[in-house]
This record gives sequence, structure tokens and C-alpha cells, in this order.
Amino acid sequence: MTRVLAWGAFLLGMLYFLLPLWGMTEFSLRMRRDAYSFDAYASVLGNPEFQRTFAFSATMALVTILMGVLIVVPTAFWVRLRMPGLRPVVEFITLLPLVIPAIVIVFGYIRLYNTGSWLPLTGTAAGTNLLLAMGYTVLALPYMYRAVDTGLRTIDVATLTEAAQSLGAGWGTILGRVILPNVLGAVLSGAFLTFAIVIGEFTMAALLDRPAFGPFMQRLGQDRAYEPSALAVIAFVITWGCMGLIGLVTRTQKHTRVRT
Amino acid sequence: MPADATTTRPLAAPSPAPRAPALPLRWLGVLPFFIFVALFLILPTMHIVLGAFRTTAGDFTVQNILDLNTRSIRNAYWVSIQVSFWSALLGCLIGFAMAAAVVLGGLPRVLRQPLLTFSGVASNFAGVPLAFAFIATIGPAGLITLWLRSDLGIVLQAGLWNVPDGLQALLGEQVRFPRFNILSTAGLVLTYLFFQIPLMILIITPALDGLKREWREAAQVLGASGWQYWRMVALPILFPSILGCLALLFANAFGAVATAIALTGPALNIAPILLYAQIRGDVLGNPHLGYALALGMIVITAVANTIYIVLRARSERWLK
Repeated sequence: MTRVLAWGAFLLGMLYFLLPLWGMTEFSLRMRRDAYSFDAYASVLGNPEFQRTFAFSATMALVTILMGVLIVVPTAFWVRLRMPGLRPVVEFITLLPLVIPAIVIVFGYIRLYNTGSWLPLTGTAAGTNLLLAMGYTVLALPYMYRAVDTGLRTIDVATLTEAAQSLGAGWGTILGRVILPNVLGAVLSGAFLTFAIVIGEFTMAALLDRPAFGPFMQRLGQDRAYEPSALAVIAFVITWGCMGLIGLVTRTQKHTRVRT
Repeated sequence: MPADATTTRPLAAPSPAPRAPALPLRWLGVLPFFIFVALFLILPTMHIVLGAFRTTAGDFTVQNILDLNTRSIRNAYWVSIQVSFWSALLGCLIGFAMAAAVVLGGLPRVLRQPLLTFSGVASNFAGVPLAFAFIATIGPAGLITLWLRSDLGIVLQAGLWNVPDGLQALLGEQVRFPRFNILSTAGLVLTYLFFQIPLMILIITPALDGLKREWREAAQVLGASGWQYWRMVALPILFPSILGCLALLFANAFGAVATAIALTGPALNIAPILLYAQIRGDVLGNPHLGYALALGMIVITAVANTIYIVLRARSERWLK
């Protein structure tokens, strides 16, 4: 009896998930009237705006990951090593982006850093790009910090640091050549998740008026029929790829740890 | 996700030798973080919060908050709350059922990891592409919409079923039912479930794993039926977790902008879309009213998240 109910719940739930995935895939193949074809994909991939916006968002994602690593790794390291009392504060702050909606944060940026303010970032394209990268870094903060902090938990930070110091290493060497390699798996997990979030992000990019992939998808959705479905399939594959890479990294991490 | 700060004691770091009391140099290590957070998270948010209590001239006022009480803004919040509530409630129930089916329901164990992996993907598959997937499936020309119409005679948008010949004796020629349109609150709830259910599965699975077999066995030894075990042992233990998830899912849906905009355009009057329109073009005609609107959103998501954190701390007492 329980088993029948369990199968029922599981299969009905999976049906709910599979129908939209099937729907978007089928729809994306229907562009040619009489037969299934990849015309919608060809149209999307050949669109110069697709290439431009995708490259822009991918670059943004890489900058965000770099910023995130530069800010999160030293902070998490230092808090663990020297300021454990500060941990609850830092953890609370890193969770704030989950509480404050992204649209509110970007609203603050637009008003605080407008052309008449003390730091007129929105006045230039480069400044706005920087602001967007910072916004994405904030959005990624909860995931990045948790990933890195969990990674640091598995190694003996204090001993490693002392060992490096007694061999004459400075802080830069300790962070870059001792700590970072040890938490690389965690950092990569955070990085792939960040990529998945940033690549299709809409709200911040649209409100800061940047030529990003998210707003491009939304515009295409307004004037095309089949291309949006093709885009949805592509976006799903990217998300799946990022999650798959996280799984792969976590698994290889475990193996290396078993061996040592 | 809230951190389990209580579970790990800070590493026994070598306490810095008592050379100088409270060496200020220590703070240099966390300075970049605090500068970054201040500039790009705290200050912008404070600017909005304080702006909500200022007039255009800069004087203190609560008039902006009072001005939120207009028909269209009230309505926007109300629709938002309804969409968030229903998607959170259904997401909780369905997610719980699926997680329970895989963890406790005796399904093959091989299903477990794929379900969790898929949940990780689906909970991150939000925003614009998600809206496209649902439009392609159950939008006006979607796969299911067309199939229902051509094969079964069910017209979703009209709320009409043209009963096929075989059943007409039983049901009459036409059956009416509530109209369904993807560009509506019901459509929004249906779409949001795609990221709400997986999130629920991801959060509740560890809690279900925490139910000890001994509890079930003890209940059985004392003569409890399966139903009694659930009603008197398992559900009371899980209840704070489930309620906490409800709050988290609520906040998760409340802040979602992209899916709603891609699905309905600026037409649907919900709080995030209204704020979006306000930021783009000051549709409310008063910038400080926009701040107040944003403040309202922060307050609602903050309350929901606080409930989540409090209830999670409660549930951790048992589920360790």
C-alpha cells in the first residue's frame, strides 16, 4: 500500500517535471512546417546578438567567479584562523542576499551610484559593467561562502598555516599555494553554481541596461515563436552541465581524500 | 541557505600570543570583505530603506509608507502574496511527498541520487527560460493545450469541454470548468512549482534521513499503527522543518522577477513587476513611493526568512 502511494507520488511528480521539458524540446523542433528540424537552433546560434550577449554574460560570470574567489577565500580563511568570534557576523552577512531581493539591491545601486552621486558608476559603460559584476558577486556570495567554508572545515587551517609560515611563506603564498589548492574542489563547486546563476540572470542586467544574455532571451521571447524554446533547451543544458560538473568535482575530491 | 553555525565549533586556532591587546592589524584581513559588502550590499539597501522615510526635500516622513495603501499597490502585494503562498504550499506538499516516497516509501535506492541531482538542476532552472518552457507546453499554442483540444475536445482557455460522442449521454454536450490561462496567477503558481518543488526536496531530504529507525520500531513495539506513528511521532518532529520550508519557499517566490516578466510581460500586477516598472519609468509618479514599495518587499521576505531560521533551529534539536 505504502509502496503504491510512493510510486504514485514519485511518478506524478516526475510527470510534472518532464512535461515542460518535453514540451519545450518538441516546440523547439517544430519551426519547419512539415517536419522536425533544428532550424530554430540554427536561427538562434547564428544570431549575432545571441553570440554577443552570450559572450558578455559568460565574461561577466568569469569576472564574478574571480571576484568571488578573491573576496571569499581570504575572508573565510582569516575568520577561521584568527577571528572565529566574527564567524556568525560574516555568515549572517553572506546570507543577506537571499533575504534582500535582487531587484531591491539593484534599485539601490541605480540610486546610490547615479551620475550625480559621489561615485558615478552608472555614468559610463565600464562603470556599469563593474557595478553589474559587483551585483552578481553579491548574488553569488551565499553559495560561494558556504562552499569555501565547508571546504576549509575539512582541512586543518591552523597547522597548514603554521607549517607554511615556518618554511618562510608570506600570506600571499599561504593563500595561493597552500589554502587554495586544498579547497579547490569547494571553490570550483561555488564557481559552477555562480556560472549557472549569472549566465541567464535577468533582473540586474535589464535594470542596469547591459547587453546580457537574460534580457536578450526575454526580448526574443516577445517577438519570436520557436527560438525561445530552443533558448530554453540551451539554458537547461547549460544548467545541467554546471550541476554535472559540480557533482564530478565533488566525487573526484572524495577520491583524492581517500587516497591521502 | 542558513549556515549551521551551531554544529561546528570554531577551530582551535592558536590564540595570537598576548603581545598586544586586540591587535588592530587582525582586522586588515577582513577589511576587503567588509568594504565590498558595505559598498555593494549594505549601503544600497540602507539607501532604499532610508529613502522610504524621506520626502523629496529630504525631511523625515511616514507618508510614503501610508501612500502604499492605494488600490493598485495593495492589489499588487496581495496577488504576490497569493502566488507566493500557493506555490510555497503546493511546493511543500508535493516536494514532501516525493522526498518521502524516495526516502521512506520503499522505492529502489537507485532513484534517490538522480532525484537529488535533478532537483539541484531544476531548482536553478528559473528565470526567463523556465517561462519559455511553460509557454511551449501549456501556453495558448503549447503542446498540452493543443493535444487536449484536438484529441479530447478540452479548450483550456475557454474552460469548455466539448464532450466526445461516446460520453455525451453521460455528461451532456458541453462541460464547463474554470478557465485556465498561463498568463494568470494560477499559471504563475504552476510555473513557480518547477523550482519550488525541487527546493523542498533538497531541504527536506536530510530531515527525513534524520528520522531514526529506532523511533519507528519503538512505536511499533508499543503497538502503534503506521498512521499513528506518523501522526504522533514523525510529523511532530518534522513539523518545524516543514513549516520552515514553507516560509523559505514563500520568500523564494516573492522575490522572483524574471519568470513573471517573461511569462506575462508587464501586464500582471504583482509587487516585483510593479517595482520593476517603477525603477524603469517611475510609473507611480513619486520616486520615494518606489522606495517604500521596495521596503515592503524587504520586510515581507525578511519576516519569512526569520521564521525559517527560527523554525530550523528548533527542528535541529531532534534531527541531528
